[in-house]
Amino acid sequence: MEAWVHLAVAILLPAFFGALVAVIFPARWRNAPWVTAVITSGLAFAASVAGLVYTASRGEVRYYLGGWEPPMGIELVMDPLSAFFCAVVTGMAFFVFIHGKTVVPRETPGKEAAFYSTALLLVGGLLGIVLTGDLFNLYVFLEISSLAGYALVAIGDRRAPFSAFRYLILGTIGASFYLLGVAFIAMETGSFNMGDVARVVPALGDSAPATVGLILIVFGIGLKMALFPMHGWLSDAYTYATSTSTAIIAPIGTKVAAYVLLRGCFYMFDPDFVREGIPLTTIIGYLGAVGIIWGSVLAIAQSDLKRMLAFSSVSQVGYIALGVGLASPLGMIGAVLHTLNHAVMKACLFLVNTNILSRFGHTDIRRFDRTFRIRMPWTMAAFTLAAISMIGLPPTAGFFSKWYLVLGSWENANYVFLGVILVSSLLNVVYFFRVLEKIYLRTDGEPYDEKNEREDAAVEREESPASMLFPTVFLAASLLVLGLANAFIVTYFIRPMIPSGL
Amino acid sequence: MIEFLHSYYAYWAIILLLVIGLYGMLVKTNLMKKVIGMIIFQNAIILLFVAAAFKWDATVPVLDPAYPSEDPVNYLNPLPHTLMLTAIVVGVAIVGVAFALLIAIYRNYGTLEEPVLMERMRSE
Repeated sequence: MEAWVHLAVAILLPAFFGALVAVIFPARWRNAPWVTAVITSGLAFAASVAGLVYTASRGEVRYYLGGWEPPMGIELVMDPLSAFFCAVVTGMAFFVFIHGKTVVPRETPGKEAAFYSTALLLVGGLLGIVLTGDLFNLYVFLEISSLAGYALVAIGDRRAPFSAFRYLILGTIGASFYLLGVAFIAMETGSFNMGDVARVVPALGDSAPATVGLILIVFGIGLKMALFPMHGWLSDAYTYATSTSTAIIAPIGTKVAAYVLLRGCFYMFDPDFVREGIPLTTIIGYLGAVGIIWGSVLAIAQSDLKRMLAFSSVSQVGYIALGVGLASPLGMIGAVLHTLNHAVMKACLFLVNTNILSRFGHTDIRRFDRTFRIRMPWTMAAFTLAAISMIGLPPTAGFFSKWYLVLGSWENANYVFLGVILVSSLLNVVYFFRVLEKIYLRTDGEPYDEKNEREDAAVEREESPASMLFPTVFLAASLLVLGLANAFIVTYFIRPMIPSGL
Repeated sequence: MIEFLHSYYAYWAIILLLVIGLYGMLVKTNLMKKVIGMIIFQNAIILLFVAAAFKWDATVPVLDPAYPSEDPVNYLNPLPHTLMLTAIVVGVAIVGVAFALLIAIYRNYGTLEEPVLMERMRSE
């Protein structure tokens, strides 16, 4: 037992350590920052998986930083929920970093060390948010990850600094509202420790300051999460940043905000109070539902693949919010499972986007054609699998998280949510099959003939290098594995994390 | 009414600052003024913590025979105040990054006025 306590800090430290180490190598060791990033994120991933297995069987682990016990000191809490999110964050970071081996030196030449250092700070900040048991400490980690995020988004084309600036203004408003909410909760409960707050809040009964605090926190975190209608910063920030920046931020950045939402609504406060006392989860759910449709419709309107994926992120975050909105065990399973599935799908799709950009120099969907299939067969296969999963066809992972959300909506007799999930799946079909059609079919409607065959035979195969291909294909294949293993994941990892009052 | 206004006067000032900061961030078109609004907004929240943790006729929590050490009423909780030192540092870091971004924007487009900037970005 004693040694396992250190798992919590073993997840957190490699990322911050790596951020310091990545910048100390001489410039001629071109690959050293990359190796550092891969090794440290790999170590954190291994620790997270160990923590996930440990907490699933033996319950939560508490680590007192510096030996100071709460409420004086800061504690790290690794329970099934936070271990799960740690595994998602570190796993995605690990594969995206592997993929960056040739991409980062090409897109930000001479700045590899700074890039990986900032990206590791982002990962460390996100892990800190997930692990900490202290409300104010969460704010500090939120700002660490956000600052690293602004810097990563600002690297990119000419328009990137302005989109990063808008992200910074809105992100700061979000973090400030979070801090304002913490002020109200701390004034009412007298503690910054989440466990203390969870113990004190039910005793307060109908406490206005605590309720206002929670609403402010949800609003601030909603901004960070890009919950509709606070998603305005996301599309530009993702589109104009460099490929690897987007690939690292998009799958995990908004998910960690969703974690704070879950933690605040269902663990710190009484789920019954949040569901019945103030219709907070209902509001979150309906905002998510509108966001699902809105993001999908805007994704259809885009002609650039990367921008389309950015809007699809707005829509997918809506599913997680919808799961929170159901405020039932099934909704929670759906939300948490969708966090994992969407992180894998979105990471895979953004890596495919990078592979296409590296090979063809553009990601304009209108200029996609059949030769893509022959030139990059594996990348396109990965794209197809991820697209099918995004639409939600069995047996890919995307189907099962939507299935739990559908079950939850059915159980709550909420037919609006049910309709939204079904309609949005059809909208996903529209914007992904539009791309698949360009890649795999003749667009003029004529049958495939000998002339096409000769044309195709003349096209050379130019697949991406192994460092880019392996993570892309591995993530795509893991979508199938996650889909088939969904019952196992739900039973062993997600069921134990459902709070008692839910 | 007067009593109510008077007893919470610090909070009225803080609410005013919060509104000014939000107004600066969301309405002003000059990016530098947005940053100024952001600084005001963050500092208003820091002041809220400081004001909330303050009480009259109390002292630092040091065991001093001059004060009745058993009674916590005589002591201030120093935790919110010390946490705000961290918040100030975080705020300074954000302002630093914001200025770096403004420099990058100015180098690329030669302006910090949002309408002009949007016009130049569209015409690319």
